[in-house]
Amino acid sequence: MPETTRSIALTVNGVTVAVASGTTVAAAVLLAGQPTRRSVSGESRGPLCGMGICFECRVTIDGVPHQRSCQILCTPGIHVITNELAEDSGGSRIP
Amino acid sequence: MKWSFDILVVGAGPAGIAAAVTAARAGQHVGLVDDNPAPGGQIWRTGAHLPAAARQWQVRLDASSVVRLQGWRVFDCPEPGLVVAERNGAPWSRYTDAAINENHDCAELHCGALILATGARERFLPFPGWTLQNVMGAGGLDAMVRGGLPVAGKRVVVAGTGPLLLAVAAHLARRKANVAVICEQAPWSQLARFASHMFAEPAKLWQGVQYRMTLRRTRYLTGTWPIAALGRDRIEAVTLRQGGKQWDVDCDYLACGFHLVPNTELAELLGCRIENGFVVTDEVLQTSIPGIYCAGEPNGIGGVELSLLEGRIAALAASGSADIARSLARQRRRKLGFVRALEQACALDPRLRELPAQDTIVCRCEDVRHAALREHTGWREAKLHTRCGMGPCQGRICGPATEFLFNWRVGSVRPPLFPSSVASLVSPREPATGAEILAAANASPENSKETP
Repeated sequence: MPETTRSIALTVNGVTVAVASGTTVAAAVLLAGQPTRRSVSGESRGPLCGMGICFECRVTIDGVPHQRSCQILCTPGIHVITNELAEDSGGSRIP
Repeated sequence: MKWSFDILVVGAGPAGIAAAVTAARAGQHVGLVDDNPAPGGQIWRTGAHLPAAARQWQVRLDASSVVRLQGWRVFDCPEPGLVVAERNGAPWSRYTDAAINENHDCAELHCGALILATGARERFLPFPGWTLQNVMGAGGLDAMVRGGLPVAGKRVVVAGTGPLLLAVAAHLARRKANVAVICEQAPWSQLARFASHMFAEPAKLWQGVQYRMTLRRTRYLTGTWPIAALGRDRIEAVTLRQGGKQWDVDCDYLACGFHLVPNTELAELLGCRIENGFVVTDEVLQTSIPGIYCAGEPNGIGGVELSLLEGRIAALAASGSADIARSLARQRRRKLGFVRALEQACALDPRLRELPAQDTIVCRCEDVRHAALREHTGWREAKLHTRCGMGPCQGRICGPATEFLFNWRVGSVRPPLFPSSVASLVSPREPATGAEILAAANASPENSKETP
């Protein structure tokens, strides 16, 4: 259960955000007021399903792209980058 | 990394936990693989007050010998008795048993029997504005809140269909959200038939009463649904329609899901028979493929109690205790009426097919709009011409939507089940030797250790 104290510091697009332990990266991105990605036609998107199915919440964490932020818990010091143009290729990892 | 189990359970929701614990108690060496940071599935997601049954099963799981691969996602099953999984979000997510080697992000899981407990997801229907930020699933917003998103003082509209709406609205209200209105698409007459069925399920009825108490100041409208989400990038208001009436409601979030669809992709990939969208099993929940069992929502959407029972039945049958499994199966048959009643209660109003406008995006991965899809005659043709369903979600969101909108039959599951890293896809897989196959079949906690 998330604690009431915001004990974990991470960055979202370079801005420091403090969250409670147990917070998902997706929630941290929303707390930072950021969309998670830009769609292929340029819409700003946020999470939809919250359970790792829809891929709307995928972000880059510590340089690793396409991470489903709703299924990953925040850990201290991670760097989250959203809206990367690289994400526009969408299905690039699908053979 | 290579592991061998007598029984591998895929999915750690109620059905999967019950299956894993029951099989371990029957003396089997059990692996439990799940893609979330913690067990519990969607319904027993941590981050909020959990029901007593959830806490009990969690204690049983912790006390069991089950080897847990938490935060791992199954993406292929290249041969009988072998499942391949990739770690989610490496290297920040280390939710797995310490016994599992930390330095590997791809796992070969050999097993004698397989129990599929892959659960269900929400059905989403496209309407103008549904791709705006802060329009989420009903369970979707609930999951975000349990994952640390504060909603205190936020105005939320909950919409769609099914009992999940009430559960979500009650949870949001307890988190001090201002739930403006709950919109259920089904007409009152359709729900009344379901309500009468609930009297056979006192626990569920009581739960419903409790939800209603929490939400006593919230309007619950039937035969009502959102026809548009309004806003620039984020939702600011939603247009609702009830019969000939339509009106706007300001909101910070729209939580909208149209009941559930089963996650049958793994079963399909394994070649298990599927009928009307659900996995076909015998009375002890063995699928059409010997040694592969299925428990919980992929067999029919029936809720937590039925999932727990099915987990136990599948585990007993897979552990060789078919007699006890069959006696529990009689208990299960009595609960199947609820599955049918729920399906009827959540039957979608055909007018929901008129929700999308020409330019409404249907496939969110590839931004394929309704006008581009409706000229096609089927899923395959639409995929080839528009890339609908070919993005990272692989049609998990738009597939069920097009099934309803166009009556398309969505199919053809291929590996990898989820986009996976190239490293995992090309990781050299040595053909199993005879000795290894024997070891997989006879694996026990002592002799199953990682092979270098």
